[in-house]
Amino acid sequence: MVRTSSRWTNFVFQLLAIVLALAFTSLVMVLAKANPLEAYRNIVVGSLGSINKFSDVLVAWVPLLLATSGLLVTYTAGLWNIGVEGQITLGAIFTTWALRVLQDSTLSPGLIIVIGFLSGALGGMLWASVVAFLRIYGGVNEIFGGLGMNFVATALTIWLIFGPWKRPGIGSMSGTEPFKETLWLPTFAGLRISPWSLVIGIIGIAVIYILLQGTYFGLKLKAVGRNRRAAFLLGIPTTQYMWAAFLLCGLFAGLAGAVQVLGVYHRLIPSISSGYGFLGMLVAMLINYQPAWAAPVAMFFAALNIGSIQLPIVMKLDSTLSGVLQGALVLAVLLMDGVRQRLLRRR
Amino acid sequence: MNVELINIHKWFGPVHANDGITLRIPSGVIQGLLGENGAGKSTLMKILSGFYQADEGEIRLDGKPVKIESPADAIRHGVGMLHQDPLDFPPMRVVDNLLIGHRGGLFPNRAEAIRAMQDLQARFGFNIDPYAYVDSLTVGERQQLEIMRLLWLGARVLILDEPTTGISANQKEKLFATLRALAEQGMTVIFVSHKLEEVEELCHRVAVLRQGKLVGEVEPPYRTEDLVKLMFGKVVLPEDKTHFDSKESLFRLENLSIEDYRLQIRNVNLTVHRGEVIGLAGMEGSGQRQFLQACAGIIRPVAGEIYLGEKRLTGRPYREFLEAGITYVPAARLEEGLIPGLTLTEHFVLAEPQNGFVVNRQKAEVLTTQRIADFSIKGVPSSTVESLSGGNQQRALLAMLRQPLSVILLEHPTRGLDIESTIWIWGKLKERCRQGTAIIFTSADLEEILHYSDRILVFFGGKVSQPIEATKTSVEELGQLIGGKGF
Ligand SMILES: Nc1ncnc2c1ncn2[C@@H]1O[C@H](COP(=O)(O)OP(=O)(O)OP(=O)(O)O)[C@@H](O)[C@H]1O
Ligand SMILES: [Mg+2]
Repeated sequence: MVRTSSRWTNFVFQLLAIVLALAFTSLVMVLAKANPLEAYRNIVVGSLGSINKFSDVLVAWVPLLLATSGLLVTYTAGLWNIGVEGQITLGAIFTTWALRVLQDSTLSPGLIIVIGFLSGALGGMLWASVVAFLRIYGGVNEIFGGLGMNFVATALTIWLIFGPWKRPGIGSMSGTEPFKETLWLPTFAGLRISPWSLVIGIIGIAVIYILLQGTYFGLKLKAVGRNRRAAFLLGIPTTQYMWAAFLLCGLFAGLAGAVQVLGVYHRLIPSISSGYGFLGMLVAMLINYQPAWAAPVAMFFAALNIGSIQLPIVMKLDSTLSGVLQGALVLAVLLMDGVRQRLLRRR
Repeated sequence: MNVELINIHKWFGPVHANDGITLRIPSGVIQGLLGENGAGKSTLMKILSGFYQADEGEIRLDGKPVKIESPADAIRHGVGMLHQDPLDFPPMRVVDNLLIGHRGGLFPNRAEAIRAMQDLQARFGFNIDPYAYVDSLTVGERQQLEIMRLLWLGARVLILDEPTTGISANQKEKLFATLRALAEQGMTVIFVSHKLEEVEELCHRVAVLRQGKLVGEVEPPYRTEDLVKLMFGKVVLPEDKTHFDSKESLFRLENLSIEDYRLQIRNVNLTVHRGEVIGLAGMEGSGQRQFLQACAGIIRPVAGEIYLGEKRLTGRPYREFLEAGITYVPAARLEEGLIPGLTLTEHFVLAEPQNGFVVNRQKAEVLTTQRIADFSIKGVPSSTVESLSGGNQQRALLAMLRQPLSVILLEHPTRGLDIESTIWIWGKLKERCRQGTAIIFTSADLEEILHYSDRILVFFGGKVSQPIEATKTSVEELGQLIGGKGF
């Protein structure tokens, strides 16, 4: 009885949070002299209005889901891997690199794509390992390490695009020379989404779900995250587990970067990570680090992103509105959680 | 300050932790609060100190009904609580810890805090370096720090939840003297403890809780049997001494030397036998902890050798000690022993050797149910450890010990346990001895050391005595030794 009532109150508070977030975003729109209902309608139509639009949502969903999956691992280990943005970027750089090296070779395109994915994963892990090293042996908080490495990753991208990898003639913000079509991930006919990306995203979150919920690895990681000292005394090799968490998150971020190159942009562009790393952190916070909720909530966020692309054209509103709504949602949920706990405690 | 708790109820899910408790405590009184593990003492005190809110009932301070909504609120009303498990902020300096919660200008006045602290230290005879890091202090010193902090914040009601568990007899005497002095100045003191002799010695009156209910209020002269009967609802008798010392060498230390920044332990030689119990006596912080941790492979000795049977363990990593069957059980339950946020089941899974890759939840659940029954832990497999009462956390910690083990190194194994549980836990430990396990343990309770040990090592400022046969010494002699006589 106690349980059902608390499940109900949970649900009510989550509903309240959504209402609050919508109210706040609407207020922002009213201040910007726009009709909120019109805007929401446009977002829904822009994301779910056609099979094409929905496939675009899926295109955003896969890298976001991969980033979220990775972040669930580092969070479980008690680590704030803010460097995930840079890790996605490095994944993209490594994938591009592998493709550039191999594109004129005699290897089959399929194999080159596989190698592209693997090197993307490697790139993400490499970048994560710098943060891990600083954290574990240098005592540098992973938030600072990650922030620093994000800047370096951005700088590296720009340098590559305007330097060694510039297009024939002159480098431009539009990125490197696109790869030939045989090196693109094959998509569903007429759509932009590739079944292979979907498979990678779904397998990714499934693996993380099983790993965190059912295995010794997940439980030990949780112990390390909650109380490193006690975990050590219980015989868990805490340093190794922290490394594993960083590397695993780097791997997933790297895969997200690889998907961006192989399945979406087919080249390296300046902001190749599309902010999915930071958005992934929002998703992870919103779902309170429950892997089971990652897929649907990431889908919702992806839909908001895609749906708001039309806003500047149709309503002269900035497309960052989706960001406002996403941010407001996370804050509202956290706020409501705090309120709920206070109220329950007082009772 | 007059404190009145009127008809207090508190539920935790199905557990009725406080069941209509009414207790009036006049100003200037030292009120004792007794009760077995899980009786609801800490809960009641946490309600008074704003940590929890009562589901029903009223709190009056000096006759005025008050609503205490948070610990900060409580201290504003003059109610300060010293928690059973010190809740402080480990990675900071002592003086900064003192400044926390202090209302003052924008800029904390460190100089003033240090001056106030030195005053209080002089009064209590405490000796803590204001610039030390809190995580380098012993449990006892952290409690001292917390007392000073509360007094400095202006507490007029001082709640002490098992405060004597971490401190030496000497420190305890100083503490009691201070509490008496504070009471004379009108301070209301509430003293929660399992140690009847302490309660009898210190308290002006005693209230006893059992299963969430107030079952009796007693005034001096106290009769111990009456108190025990009120606490447990029955008479509890200490069991006879049992010894399983086989005289067969098991664990050997040769010229072991340990150093940390505070103290040096030099050239300890000791051969522990199968089934033997070695008690480590001494004031908190005299080197027992370092000694246990060196035996466990957690800190590396600077010189000397450690052998388990014929196996040389010197300098090997902690994991190899564990695999060899040497286990260390720390005193700071929620900081070092247990993992807040994890359930009992998850703890037992972690404590057992890993079996495959996927956790068998069902098997784990069965094992946990078994252990809960074996160790009479008041909780269910899905209870998180922080929701258990202090004594039940200790039971859980001991229930996590693997089977079989060669050497068990225990820091204050019965700290916070009521008499009945203490007897019972020692029954469990002696069972291990019968199977050939050696036990080395520390305790602040000399009676306990004398009663359960075969041999005793006395520590004083890092110096270690020769092993003393427990049958050839007495509490009085040990008391003098831990005070430094003969070193
Ligand atoms: N936060 C909590 N959540 C759930 N149950 C709790 C919580 N705190 C206490 N309890 C339960 O309430 C009961 C009383 O606990 P309490 O800590 O008050 O006991 P206690 O008298 O202080 O015992 P001890 O001597 O072992 O410290 C116990 O059964 C305990 O499991
Ligand atoms: Mg308690």
